[in-house]
Amino acid sequence: MIKKNRVMPVSNQLWPEMYRRMLRIRRFEAAATTLHGRGEIPGALHTATGQEGEIVGACMALTTEDYMIGNHRSHGHPIGKGARLGPLMAELMGRATGVNRGKGGSMHLADFSVGSLGETSILGSGLPVATGAALGAKMLKNGRVSLCFFGDGASSEGAVHEAMNIASVWKLPVIFLCEHNGYAITTPAKLGVSVEDVATRATGYSMPGVVVDGQDVVATYDAVAVAVQRARAGEGPSIVEAKTYRYSEHSIALPPMPYRTKEEVDSWRQRDPITMFRQRSLDEGVLRETELVAIETEVAVEVQEAVDFAKKSPLPQPDEAYEHVFIDPLTDLRT
Amino acid sequence: MPKANYIRAMRDAMAEEMRRDPTVFLMGEDVRFNMYGSSGGLLEEFGEDRVLDTPASEAGFVGAAAGAAMVGMRPIVDITIAPFVYPAADQIISIIAKSRYLYGGQARVPVVLRCCMLYNGASAAQHSDRPYPMFMNVPGLKIIAPSDAYDAKGLMKAAVRDDDPVMCFEDTTVWGRSMEIPDEEYLIPIGKAAVKREGKDITIFAVAGAVPLAIAAADKLAGEGIDAEVIDPRTLKPLDTAAILASVAKTGRLVVVDPAHRTCSVASEVSAIVAEHGFHYLKAPILRVTTPDIHIPFSPVMEKGLYPTTDRIAEAVRRSMKEDA
Repeated sequence: MIKKNRVMPVSNQLWPEMYRRMLRIRRFEAAATTLHGRGEIPGALHTATGQEGEIVGACMALTTEDYMIGNHRSHGHPIGKGARLGPLMAELMGRATGVNRGKGGSMHLADFSVGSLGETSILGSGLPVATGAALGAKMLKNGRVSLCFFGDGASSEGAVHEAMNIASVWKLPVIFLCEHNGYAITTPAKLGVSVEDVATRATGYSMPGVVVDGQDVVATYDAVAVAVQRARAGEGPSIVEAKTYRYSEHSIALPPMPYRTKEEVDSWRQRDPITMFRQRSLDEGVLRETELVAIETEVAVEVQEAVDFAKKSPLPQPDEAYEHVFIDPLTDLRT
Repeated sequence: MPKANYIRAMRDAMAEEMRRDPTVFLMGEDVRFNMYGSSGGLLEEFGEDRVLDTPASEAGFVGAAAGAAMVGMRPIVDITIAPFVYPAADQIISIIAKSRYLYGGQARVPVVLRCCMLYNGASAAQHSDRPYPMFMNVPGLKIIAPSDAYDAKGLMKAAVRDDDPVMCFEDTTVWGRSMEIPDEEYLIPIGKAAVKREGKDITIFAVAGAVPLAIAAADKLAGEGIDAEVIDPRTLKPLDTAAILASVAKTGRLVVVDPAHRTCSVASEVSAIVAEHGFHYLKAPILRVTTPDIHIPFSPVMEKGLYPTTDRIAEAVRRSMKEDA
């Protein structure tokens, strides 16, 4: 069932945008980390630095209209889907202009305008929802597919099994993207997951399961593109497992814990998805140095503008806490 | 007017709404073959695409309903027996109830979650639950608990049309009761209570299957010269506070009847509302008739006396009438 990733040439035209989106995520999270350190972002901040390749590769295999659901470590996923940075940063800072109006914060970003249907901070709970979005797409015959990101930690949740089984039985257009970064907070996958590759479980759901190098944005794109093609053709769901790594601790400001070695982290940094892609773009002659630098400059400006937008944005009125509980509350919720 | 029982009324409500709106569909456990009696003929009329039998995966299919709703469908989910909502609790509480809020108003989750409360039938502790109070504690959910066929039909149709998530707790102790149902279409607004029997001496507030028991108790008490009013909230969240207070303002006495366990029940909430906002109307302490805080035993000899009965309601009314503040 586990197949070597089928090589499909990605149109070189996508490479600049791949580079741009990976950089956006990297720099957005770096800026957020700085703001968090200054106390300008409240609450927890789970960064995915090191995982940008699989995020962008998977998201770019979809159209803007397709659905995507992330998890608690998903600042990058809406960015991968094309979301504007300003409202995302404003959300992290709890501002009224935040994409969720300050109601969701770091773990629950949603930008429905680009098909980002939200993120759930309860592990695995997004998979049934993504499966349902695929069911809706099938019933509405709108041709869309649904992509759900989950980690190796989440793969142990019961909801994951239920969603995959339903998606298979109903042949739904959904792609389950396992971001295997090796650790459920501090628990290594070998202590929490019964298989080396989560994708092998696809056999149990009668669907294809593919393992891909998540540090390779193009390889991830290719694998997800195959799954998307299958989903759109009405052939049902797939699992794509991207082997990846998060450089930072589970959450920003947590002290490093000895569950992994510095050597291990360093070895993964040697396979950084952005650095590798930059070099490959030059080596294969797809992008010139000047083009790469131009993208880098543009992204630096975009991220700075997002930070400026967020900082200048007003805070919500405390009374806005009462909005969005219902479309029609039928009663005064303030009593 | 034709007669229909509660489950037939539920079925007719769903069928009418499915005919009216192509985005409405039914999914649940054993719905195609009408295992629980409220989906007869729906498969034949609407086909397999709109009547989905689900795997035994409550979290999975309830979550799937949420996702389908977010992209434009209006699922009715039959979770069947009420305690089967527990495996789906995360999807109900963390996803369905919260998505609109968490995502700052971007999400619409018009899901109707149906489940039936199968108590007083020797089903023992894991199958006899009446768990609506737990979900009343979750913001973002509307909760209905119809007590008769007329209300069941009108409330279910309103629930399907509501843009917010609605949980419907159906009481199997009244499933078989028939009454006249108008031929013409009608809706019952969510959030509005009904006076099921008018009276001036005392208010009996009763929930779901306790409503006919309260009416029977009131009829019996009429022979003793006590004129009891019976209020059926029909919707448990939001409660029709104005209707409760108006009745208590008239009668000055309140007995609250709730088949749920006593602690943090509807009875607790209604008692608190009246103590807070209607204390000055009261001529006697509020009395609660509920199920004690113990599990439901299998043997009917032990089970029967635990729930509110006509006798227990009548006794509480008599006690209240003896008190004079």
